[in-house]
Amino acid sequence: MDWATILRNFLCQKKASILERWFNLIMESYPGDSLFLKQEKDRFANPVGYTISQEIETLYEGLLQGVASDKLITSLDNIIRIRAVQDFSPSQAVSFVFRLKQAIRDELDKEIHEGQISKELLKFESKIDELALLAFDIYMKCRENIYEIRVNKLKAEVVGALKLSGKKSNAYQVKK
Amino acid sequence: MSAEALGPKEVLKTIDYKPVKRSWLELTVEFRKGTYLYTPPRKLLDYLGLPNPRKWLPSEKDWQLPENWRQIILEGMKDRLSKYRSFQLFLDICVRCGACADKCPFFIGSGDPKNMPVLRTELLRSVYRKYFTTSGKLFGKLAGARELTEDVVKEWFYYFYQCTECRRCSVFCVYGIDTCEITMMARELLNSLGCGVNWIVDPAAKCYRLGNHLGLPPHGFKGVIDTAIEDIREITGIKVEVSLNRKGAEVLFVVPSADYFASPHWFTFLGYLMLFHEIGLDYTFSTYASEGGNFGFFHSAELAKRLNAKMYAEAKRLKVKWILGGECGHMWRVLHQYMDTYNGPADFLEEPVSPITGTKFENAKSTKMVHICEFTADLIYHNKLKLEPSRNDRWKVTFHDSCNMTRAVGLFEEPRYIIKNVCNYFYEMPENTIKERTFCCGSGSGIGADEHLEVRLRGGFPRANAVKYVRERYGVNLLACICAIDKATLPPLLQYWVPGVEVAGVHELVGNALVMKGEKPRVTDLRFQPLKGEEGEGDV
Amino acid sequence: MKVLYSLLAVIVLVLVAYVGVGLLGLHSLFGVMIPYAAGAVFIVGLVYRVLKWAKAPVPFHIPTVCGQQKSLPWIKANNIESPHNTWGVIARLALEVLLFRSLFRNERVELRRSEKLIFGGNKYLWLGGLAFHWCLFIILFRHLIYFMEPVPSVVLFVQDMDGIFEFAVPTLFLTDLVILIALTYLFLRRVIYSQIRYISLSSDYFAVLLILGVVISGVLIRLFYKVDIAAVKELAMGVISFRPTVPEGISLLFYIKLFLVSTLVAYFPFSKLVHGAGILLSPTRNLKNNSRMRRHINPWDYPVKVHTYEKYEEEFREAMKEAGLPLEKEN
Repeated sequence: MDWATILRNFLCQKKASILERWFNLIMESYPGDSLFLKQEKDRFANPVGYTISQEIETLYEGLLQGVASDKLITSLDNIIRIRAVQDFSPSQAVSFVFRLKQAIRDELDKEIHEGQISKELLKFESKIDELALLAFDIYMKCRENIYEIRVNKLKAEVVGALKLSGKKSNAYQVKK
Repeated sequence: MSAEALGPKEVLKTIDYKPVKRSWLELTVEFRKGTYLYTPPRKLLDYLGLPNPRKWLPSEKDWQLPENWRQIILEGMKDRLSKYRSFQLFLDICVRCGACADKCPFFIGSGDPKNMPVLRTELLRSVYRKYFTTSGKLFGKLAGARELTEDVVKEWFYYFYQCTECRRCSVFCVYGIDTCEITMMARELLNSLGCGVNWIVDPAAKCYRLGNHLGLPPHGFKGVIDTAIEDIREITGIKVEVSLNRKGAEVLFVVPSADYFASPHWFTFLGYLMLFHEIGLDYTFSTYASEGGNFGFFHSAELAKRLNAKMYAEAKRLKVKWILGGECGHMWRVLHQYMDTYNGPADFLEEPVSPITGTKFENAKSTKMVHICEFTADLIYHNKLKLEPSRNDRWKVTFHDSCNMTRAVGLFEEPRYIIKNVCNYFYEMPENTIKERTFCCGSGSGIGADEHLEVRLRGGFPRANAVKYVRERYGVNLLACICAIDKATLPPLLQYWVPGVEVAGVHELVGNALVMKGEKPRVTDLRFQPLKGEEGEGDV
Repeated sequence: MKVLYSLLAVIVLVLVAYVGVGLLGLHSLFGVMIPYAAGAVFIVGLVYRVLKWAKAPVPFHIPTVCGQQKSLPWIKANNIESPHNTWGVIARLALEVLLFRSLFRNERVELRRSEKLIFGGNKYLWLGGLAFHWCLFIILFRHLIYFMEPVPSVVLFVQDMDGIFEFAVPTLFLTDLVILIALTYLFLRRVIYSQIRYISLSSDYFAVLLILGVVISGVLIRLFYKVDIAAVKELAMGVISFRPTVPEGISLLFYIKLFLVSTLVAYFPFSKLVHGAGILLSPTRNLKNNSRMRRHINPWDYPVKVHTYEKYEEEFREAMKEAGLPLEKEN
């Protein structure tokens, strides 16, 4: 067996625990205690935790099996759309992609020391880097989306105001 | 591996990946753009005679609080503790069981623990303990008490404007502790320091002077009505009659001002006018009381009462028999639970009776104010309307229960009954996201300003998430609702989270389905969009 | 840390009783005086608290409505979740007090493989809370045996029912077992669930630990360190009839338990434990949803400054005239 296959097998076998590590690392970025986000399984009561846990699985599968990039983009979008409006800086918002590296390293700690496999891991990690680049694009798109919404709102207001053509007035000045 | 030393772990540390976890008693807030509301200009506070006007912004370090600010707050608390049992009781009896913790849409959307209702209240309760309870005075921090500092005030401002007073938490609390009550008190205290919000004070000032939040003068209102009449004529070929400030009409009709200004409210407005024309209702609008909503309610009980006074005053002046109210959430919270107390008794009005069906609205016999959905549902039940639901066939509809319509009024079935009669495709969202457990739009209670969009998108995420589910499962493309704030803030929310779902008022759907006597064959709906089956049949 | 403080506080209480009774022999202080004082504090404190709440007015009509209002006759109104008459309010409060109705709303939706939504429940808090409170009630009721002579048969019946499963000899009561489990759960969830830990205060732990201390000492007395029940009853009857005597032969452990109970009773009115008394006064739960049918009066209502129609017309008369709107005064 070549090293690439060995790594792949490892990553497949350990999928569940790697995903769990990844998920928990992402959850650490939330303030206070993120137990609710981690544990609440109801998809309507806890859309943040639910979405992230679902989509990282798709992303992981995608990296392993190589699925169509539009599917990856949808998954990334579902996560980033949430993080783009939460209290995060841009780097914090997309940092979750890199957390996968740490999750894998922590999980494959022993195997990594066996030399050859780490070379393959580097290759796999560059795939994660590509995913991260995609994440930047998507983050920007989400932010643009927010500004678009604000601009449209302003435009609609201006149009509405013109329609009503109210005269400017200083009537709020208190007459002394 | 040697690379580990310089690995991503180290780099990421510098960008503060993991927030510091500290006790909630200690954190101070940071006002990032997009997460705070702008403050009202001095002239508005002056106009309304509100205290401590000044120029300031939450992001500034110095809030220029009045010198005796601490005294103002503590005396304000003392005063309210003796005036509101709710305030005192809710500060005393919480056992911190945590049942409410994960029920707040802002907590669900942000993960910020101070958005848990219990902690939101604790922000104020800790100060209550320090200054009003023996254990707090004795044991201080150990008993969960803390000093009232400027940072505490800032934190109040931050978190009490991340509560939409939606009251979802109070549904799940065994003692019925209602964070809305606490938020209202906290906002009154903040406002007594002049720490208000422009998006609340500005509409309130306009409403005070001009009769509506938009600041539309009487002749402007007339112009709007003319536009609506023209729109309806274009769609149906019928010229409806609308009167303003007419004395002696049977019914005074009051709507939230967004209905005749904003989109998609406008189409609901057309729906009302068409319906009233069809049944021949003897009604009038008032330009002086041209606002159903009440942004004073998000400021203080006093300002709410001042704005609300116009409705009865105008009903009395115009000598109408009773009042009919349009689709709006917080408007109905005030009308249903507060108006009679504020400005009643309305003994100059008569108990409302539908002139078309003869139904007595016994549930409104004291307030004398009927909800348009109660009115319309009654018409449909008595077969007074000819309806063609297929005209709404391009919509697959779901219904968003507005917080105030459910948790204050209990209006669950009336709008559903109407929708089922005017639409062919109706799908409910999951049980734990509707009715008494409905999720807030994330923008209620005067925090729906543009500058606050990020917070709103967070708080509205649980709602949008449930919409997304019915969109994926049933192909839902229209979210119907009966609240003006919903209609204003759900479209951007859905644009961000669930593109492809539009928002409409229930009476827009009624207007579409209503078959009017003598109307021309309809080719478009109220949005001037071709009806299903009419697409591509030449230009209209 | 918070847990530690609270645990320490309970241990100190135990030690105080140990030193006071065991070493210094202050039997009448711990057996009579302190219980009297605690009882007095309890009654005065509770009355003060409830009166203070009851005295505070309810200016506005603010029930939290959880069901269909009573409106049109053909729409089925939900009289419990949205009560429109007194019976509805009673039923709503009864469900809340007896069954913790609101906690029962914690429905969860889970997506199973079948893609169908399944509503399950995360009802442990509800179950734990309910079990604790009911057991507490039954145990208190059972304790009447020490305070009444002759013992009413209903008390004996409850005691018999409670001991129907003979877990051990002497009988370990079912309620003792359940309350131990429930309390342990309520304590552990404050320790283990970091979210609950985050919102918990020292006083929250203290309350649970104190009650746990009372229950444990009670069970120990029952199972392992038997006391002279006749003597305990003599003490109890004496205290309750204001002719206190301190009989011989009551063990130290009993005094420790009695001291913990006294502390609990005295602490009760000043802590969150009074929530039980508060629930019936809660305006979001005890009001009918009838605010459009009947006017609710605000006792401290006062006139406010309003912008009258006259002022409004004054400002816009010309424009209104031009737009053809009716006027009160033509100029």
